[in-house]
Amino acid sequence: MKVIKQSPIKSTLSLLALALASSTTMAQELSITVTNLTQGLHFTPVITAAHTSDNHLFMASEMASVELQTMAEGGDISGLVSMLTNSDANINENPAAGLLAPAMSASFNLTNDSANTHLSLAAMILPSNDGFVGLDSWKIPEEAGTYTVFLNAYDAGTEANDEIRGSGAPGEAGMPVPPPLDASIGMNGTGITDMESNNKVHIHRGSLGDDDMTAGKSDINNSVQRWLNPVAKLTITVQ
Amino acid sequence: MLTFTTHKKITNKLTQQLLLVSLLTLGLAACNDSDNDNSPEEVVVVPVTPAMEYSYSLTLTNLTYGQPLSPVAVTLHGDTRMWQVGQAASVALEKLAESGDNTDFISLEDNLASTSAEGPLLPGSSVTLNISTTEPMADYLTVVTMLVNTNDAFSGLTGVDISTLALNQEKSWRLNVYDSGTEKNNEAVGTIPGPADGGVGYDSTRDDIDLVGYHPGVVSKDDGLSSSVLTQAHRFDNPAVKLTITRTK
Repeated sequence: MKVIKQSPIKSTLSLLALALASSTTMAQELSITVTNLTQGLHFTPVITAAHTSDNHLFMASEMASVELQTMAEGGDISGLVSMLTNSDANINENPAAGLLAPAMSASFNLTNDSANTHLSLAAMILPSNDGFVGLDSWKIPEEAGTYTVFLNAYDAGTEANDEIRGSGAPGEAGMPVPPPLDASIGMNGTGITDMESNNKVHIHRGSLGDDDMTAGKSDINNSVQRWLNPVAKLTITVQ
Repeated sequence: MLTFTTHKKITNKLTQQLLLVSLLTLGLAACNDSDNDNSPEEVVVVPVTPAMEYSYSLTLTNLTYGQPLSPVAVTLHGDTRMWQVGQAASVALEKLAESGDNTDFISLEDNLASTSAEGPLLPGSSVTLNISTTEPMADYLTVVTMLVNTNDAFSGLTGVDISTLALNQEKSWRLNVYDSGTEKNNEAVGTIPGPADGGVGYDSTRDDIDLVGYHPGVVSKDDGLSSSVLTQAHRFDNPAVKLTITRTK
């Protein structure tokens, strides 16, 4: 995760801001833009939340929760929403009103309560079996300014990356293919692998794909739907 | 002496023309036959707003294994971006990203200052370019270069505010690879201008997504794209370029 601070304030001002921020814990107003940097991946409905420092949507090298698995295998964020609601998080759901298409951005505002000092985000990437773009518990700066965070693609570790059409239900094999993606995804793939030997959340190794839309091992198009990290950019303006 | 010290101060940063003005000022002051530093004539002639010259030195390193970079273009301009993820590429950018030819890009109207490397930048090599300007609006930097063994991959940054750089201050970036979105990544024979193919560069037809985004990497014939002229040796990952800028004046 790479963080760039774009608009530094003069040092005296920032000292003042810090002093104010530490003496009065107040809600913050955040303006957030999430950009799908890729040209070949769709993001399913994005969930963004400000939560306490001890909460996580996911953690690399830890097993995925059932709620995360449900999001990563089928794009359904309702489980994560319930989980976060129960822990008094501030939540933004589905800012793109559906799929966030390649190279597109979605913007929204989020007001975080003073206890909710950390920001997380997740959305499934399509086509994939259980890939997702994620931000795990980024500390929201107290200083006003615009911050840029680049996000990587993770693998939930809950499903074999067979790369063929199938189900978006948790625990069922194959990739969900919603209608807007139907024409861009191949058919009749025999499957890349039926193994998922790393069952913890990890950086996705990328899709293999192939160049045959009607046969071959994979239903993923290798010259369009692969990716390199980062896959998303988050621009956060703290008012 | 007020006039003298002002003159010294200005010459550090001034162009020849302004130096002349200052010398004239001295002459006028002398003609005025006044020893009094507070004489109003002196105060009136001195205040020519000095046009500051800013100079920068940029060093780029090609971090890839097998992707030569086309001649690097560097431009300074006002608050604008020469490309943006989610927007269609300009024709000038399309030409650069498909063929490596930066002529049109350098000539873009928004540019207030520009320079280009003389030749390609090979893997593992570095190049240093210098750029200067007296334009007060030239606060934003763009650097761009093509990965030539690809259909339309380029690396760079654009619209970066460099006005806060202090003299001799240095700043570095590791740059990712964009795809201009103007040509399919079929890696086919005849479509790649670099030494891997020697094919045609620019083609005005846009047969891809027509939005700038991040590049997915090349597949190559060694990894399952049978139509590809590229091999495993042309694969790359982010970042592809290291850029360091130093303000030298």
